[in-house]
Amino acid sequence: MENLLALISENLQLIYVLVLAVFVGVEVISKVPQVLHTPLMSGSNALSGVVIIGSILVMGKTDPDNYVALALGFVAVVLATLNVVGGFAVTDRMLDMFRKKKK
Amino acid sequence: MLIQIIDIIYLIAVVLFVLGIKYMGHPDSARKGNLWAAAGMALAVLATFFTPGLNNIALSAAGIALGSVVGMLMSNRVKMTDMPQMVSFFNGMGGAAAALIAIAEVYGIYHGADIGMAVLMLNPNSTFYFYFAALLVSLVVGGVSFTGSIIAMGKLQGFVSGKSVRWPMQKLTNNGLLLLIAALSVLFFFIGEGNEMLIYIILLLSLLFGVLFVMPIGGADMPVVISLLNSFTGLTAATTGLLFDNKVMLMGGVLVGSAGFLLTVLMCKAMNRSLVAVLLGAFNSGSGAASDREIDTTYREINLSDASILLAYARKVVIIPGYGLAVAQAQHVVHELEKLLESKGVEVKYGIHPVAGRMPGHMNVLLAESDVSYEKLIEMEKINDDFPQTDVVVVIGANDVVNPAAELDPASPIYGMPILQADRAQNIIVIKRSMGAGYAGIENELFYNPKTRMLFGDAKKALSSLVEAVKAL
Repeated sequence: MENLLALISENLQLIYVLVLAVFVGVEVISKVPQVLHTPLMSGSNALSGVVIIGSILVMGKTDPDNYVALALGFVAVVLATLNVVGGFAVTDRMLDMFRKKKK
Repeated sequence: MLIQIIDIIYLIAVVLFVLGIKYMGHPDSARKGNLWAAAGMALAVLATFFTPGLNNIALSAAGIALGSVVGMLMSNRVKMTDMPQMVSFFNGMGGAAAALIAIAEVYGIYHGADIGMAVLMLNPNSTFYFYFAALLVSLVVGGVSFTGSIIAMGKLQGFVSGKSVRWPMQKLTNNGLLLLIAALSVLFFFIGEGNEMLIYIILLLSLLFGVLFVMPIGGADMPVVISLLNSFTGLTAATTGLLFDNKVMLMGGVLVGSAGFLLTVLMCKAMNRSLVAVLLGAFNSGSGAASDREIDTTYREINLSDASILLAYARKVVIIPGYGLAVAQAQHVVHELEKLLESKGVEVKYGIHPVAGRMPGHMNVLLAESDVSYEKLIEMEKINDDFPQTDVVVVIGANDVVNPAAELDPASPIYGMPILQADRAQNIIVIKRSMGAGYAGIENELFYNPKTRMLFGDAKKALSSLVEAVKAL
């Protein structure tokens, strides 16, 4: 309990930011027309690939001769990139169709 | 100095993420929004490479190159109808990456360079709890997101049964497994120096839970599941951000997590179902209280030439495309029929139910792909007023979204779901494989309506024959 309270007071600023970020996330998509739900889902999926940063950082602090950790990190980099690049590319393909139709 | 610059670039990236999501919410700016978000991501990745003391840069860059090539190839080759499983697959990769990062961290702590953390474990304080709580969330949620997404993809692609798969005491095993994962995670904090093996056991159980969690949910509900798992992956990005004290991952993850969760709720709302009901695969598990309403179950078939005459001499036709049309990939043929009828002076429109297709809005994407003009796609609320003046409604591979029971029968499991009121039109032609029930597993009165004629067959084949028949007139 003491630990928990200490944790909260030590990270109060962070907690404020997180709470506000949740509201931003909700607010920003609350007025989206249904037509765009699929592209939006796909686009936010691409954004969740932001773990790619974590995979680079974990590689960055691994000893070059720690092969197990290196292999884990490398696979993480590849998969996260798949998520990011594939996600944005697929979303762009979907949205491209809407654009053409508007004319 | 360098670190401060990286931090500022991260800040710019987060702003681009928020603006990107915001722009994606409007048809005119959606494409720009996606590009802005992608630019933010590119900036953040680039900046990360300048982190002081970063090892293995070449190997990371090689991984990114490999992932980019494969990702581009996959996204360029995928068919528009297969889009939902593609999104699910990509999402699973994100979840797997988060779990792998957590494992790499664990491995580093117990077998390597991270001496600071090793010392900390001998004398746990709040930092220790904070770190391992974030790590365990990344591991568990990332693992669930990975296997769950792959099963969801399999259900849509067909290599896993699309039906609701159940087993004895299914709820008990699933809830029990979840409790076990939670209990072991708490136990971890009470074992003095932590326990490496325990972490791997928790990981395996999480992977198993992802599978068991999605199996009982039917294929038609996969969009909701994918959206939920997407918000899970966002959560793991946020906890990974906590592990590395990295703001761009933290903020990006929280944004996606909350936006994804709201999107999930909106999708459920469009189907008038609660998220809990979807997750429990509730339709067929319900009380099964059979409705008292008597339905006269005689139906009338229509042959191709009669159907073609009915359509060609109508003034106003509304086409209602559904899941079956998406599965049969009949979007191009339906556009052909539309053009043909228009050339004969028939006014043709499409009535789009919010959850038609395999994802909300998916039908619009499919029809746009086959060059159906944007103005012809009419939303449910607007088209419902038109039905009484409509000569013929053509229902293609749709079922529950046109079932009058949703408005008439309080005992029906879909009671209250907004529907397309096709029964108010003068004539109804239903193109359908067989008399089988729809996803909700209930009878559809519309099929037995005296105004309704059934045209049995695969949506694509039936439509092609119909196009030929109209041409031959």
